[in-house]
Amino acid sequence: MDLYEHQAKELFARHGITVPPGRVAATAQEARLIATELKAPVVIKAQVKTGGRGKAGGVRLAPGPAAAENEARRILGMDIKGHTSHTVLVEKATGGFEEYYAAFLVDRANRTLLAMVSSEGGMDIEEVAATKPHALARIPIDALTGVDLDTARLLAASAGLPEDVHDAAAATLVRLWEVMVEEDALLVEVNPLACTSDRRVLALDGKVSLDDNASFRHDHAAFADGADDGGLEARARAKHLNYVKLEGQVGVIGNGAGLVMSTLDVVAYAGERFGGVRPANFLDIGGGASAQVMADGLEIILSDPDVRAVLVNVFGGITACDAVANGIVAALQTFGEEGPRCPIVVRLDGNNAELGHRILSDAGHPMVRVVTTMDGAAELVAELAAA
Amino acid sequence: MAIFLTKDSKVLVQGMTGAEGSRHTARMIAAGTDIVAGVTPGKGGQSVDFGERRVPVFGGVAEAMAETGADVSVVFVPPRFARGAVEEAVDAGIPLCVVITEGVPVHDTLRVWARAQAAGTTRIIGPNCPGLISPGQASAGIIPADITSAGPIGLVSKSGTLTYQLMYELRDIGFSTAVGIGGDPVIGTTHIDALQAFQDDPGTDAIVMIGEIGGDAEERAAAYIEKHVTKPVVAYVAGFTAPEGKTMGHAGAIVSGSSGTAQAKKEALEKVGVRVGKTPSETARLMREVMGSR
Ligand SMILES: Nc1ncnc2c1ncn2[C@@H]1O[C@H](COP(=O)(O)OP(=O)(O)OP(=O)(O)O)[C@@H](O)[C@H]1O
Ligand SMILES: [Mg+2]
Repeated sequence: MDLYEHQAKELFARHGITVPPGRVAATAQEARLIATELKAPVVIKAQVKTGGRGKAGGVRLAPGPAAAENEARRILGMDIKGHTSHTVLVEKATGGFEEYYAAFLVDRANRTLLAMVSSEGGMDIEEVAATKPHALARIPIDALTGVDLDTARLLAASAGLPEDVHDAAAATLVRLWEVMVEEDALLVEVNPLACTSDRRVLALDGKVSLDDNASFRHDHAAFADGADDGGLEARARAKHLNYVKLEGQVGVIGNGAGLVMSTLDVVAYAGERFGGVRPANFLDIGGGASAQVMADGLEIILSDPDVRAVLVNVFGGITACDAVANGIVAALQTFGEEGPRCPIVVRLDGNNAELGHRILSDAGHPMVRVVTTMDGAAELVAELAAA
Repeated sequence: MAIFLTKDSKVLVQGMTGAEGSRHTARMIAAGTDIVAGVTPGKGGQSVDFGERRVPVFGGVAEAMAETGADVSVVFVPPRFARGAVEEAVDAGIPLCVVITEGVPVHDTLRVWARAQAAGTTRIIGPNCPGLISPGQASAGIIPADITSAGPIGLVSKSGTLTYQLMYELRDIGFSTAVGIGGDPVIGTTHIDALQAFQDDPGTDAIVMIGEIGGDAEERAAAYIEKHVTKPVVAYVAGFTAPEGKTMGHAGAIVSGSSGTAQAKKEALEKVGVRVGKTPSETARLMREVMGSR
């Protein structure tokens, strides 16, 4: 789960890292109020889970409450790389600082943790990394020993931070490391890590990504988007379905994330020959493929008004195809007399495939077409969706 | 021949007395696997009957190894206990530990991995993987045994069902070993480790590699293939139409230097002479061509 900047800063504060005072606002009036309370120039910051907000005009300085209200009005609702800013962070503007960069992350390739620190932080860190790699210190961290003050000082020194901030920076780095391990984060990034003229170090930005697999040992639920917006994804979540809404017209159900991803590709290729028909969703029903899960999946997919045909693509491994076919037949019964509102193409392959096909053809449902290959099924469903 | 797992492997199952563990132990036995022990803390001294076969349960891995000569462990314990279970297997020095458990926190995997590296005695496969199978010899995990046959193709994949799909499409040619390495950000055995083992295995003539979007494992595998793999490799990458994931921060991209898209992976593989199928069936077809032209 990715956190908003204000949530990341809340975690930082809990671990003793200095962040500017501030609060979140959902309206321009609220922003004005917060600016009034802070009695100082403020920065208004778009809250979206993506980087490059500053460059997109989503981070603006406001000298007083009136300006804060104006800037908030401008930023609220702003679209940044496909993310809408529904709230803004209003925080005290820090004056006169140097910008550093600090991050801890999982290094997949080397199967370890990695620290990256630079004295040249700010909005152009990618540029720095690309053109001056020596200016970005990258140091692997042993998962068993972690980061203590000595390691942190070494990090600060390797990054070329001025000597008189090593102590303050090291103390902050140790706390950021604590956020990383104690909160089960996959990424903790601070850019800029600011150093004021009186040598205080504070986090002006925060990007934190938490490991959902570790949720059983944390109280992070409050950070989850209260996204019960009645949308399809929220409804699917409530039914424990792994569903992602896409833009196309072909509903897709399959078992196993890899197979479903592959199905989306095959549908998109076939769709190219039928006026650009595309997959409408990702839906992985996992190994079991029981009648109930199948019925829930079909119900969600068919509630998407864009869907004009559905492809069920299941590989029968441990759950053999006859069991899957019985599940589909039972699921179709939940639609009653009328049946589903659009055609369903079923492709079953693997164990007991023939038996599965027989069960479906015996059921003789008028809306169901059985195709034996994945490519053939994609072709047919694309054609049906284009018709 | 095969890699990592053969008919001589003696397999113990951590979590064998649980529902998943016992269901899949029965399947592994049916696939010809020599299951010699179960391990469940506190249940030492019991035994479980699987048809003809009575499998003794031990309280710990070290004891089970000493009593039975087990050299492979398959882990079915729930996520919150997985780290402890795998650490126990590593500390006991078991040569191969296959972690099926889905949902293990990444920091746990990292600590287990660091420990296994320090010990230097245990290969870990997974977590969050379907395991591996050497058809006709043994199965360690949950890969269905009856969808394919023994033969000269080696397969390595992040995805379970795509593994099954390709194993099934190429069942007439058959497989030396199919390894599901799992899709977690941090895994014990990588594409590269499996490629290396297949290259060295006299029973493997050609290799299928299945990847999917995210990370840069496929790009690194491509670089490895260029330098070290002389056997033909056919690849498939899933996720061309997957929506671009939101990327947080800058750190990930700075580190991997790859966009992680299916297209980037395909290009990296094709650049080193690997033929990449657009669909699973086309991938199977490419493999048939490779095998036919030999
Ligand atoms: N509280 C603050 N006081 C003063 N300046 C600030 C404050 N917060 C942010 N800034 C300035 O605005 C710039 C951009 O802000 P920030 O880094 O939070 O957004 P961003 O554009 O999303 O960053 P990134 O590109 O790293 O994702 C910072 O580099 C900093 O110079
Ligand atoms: Mg920033």
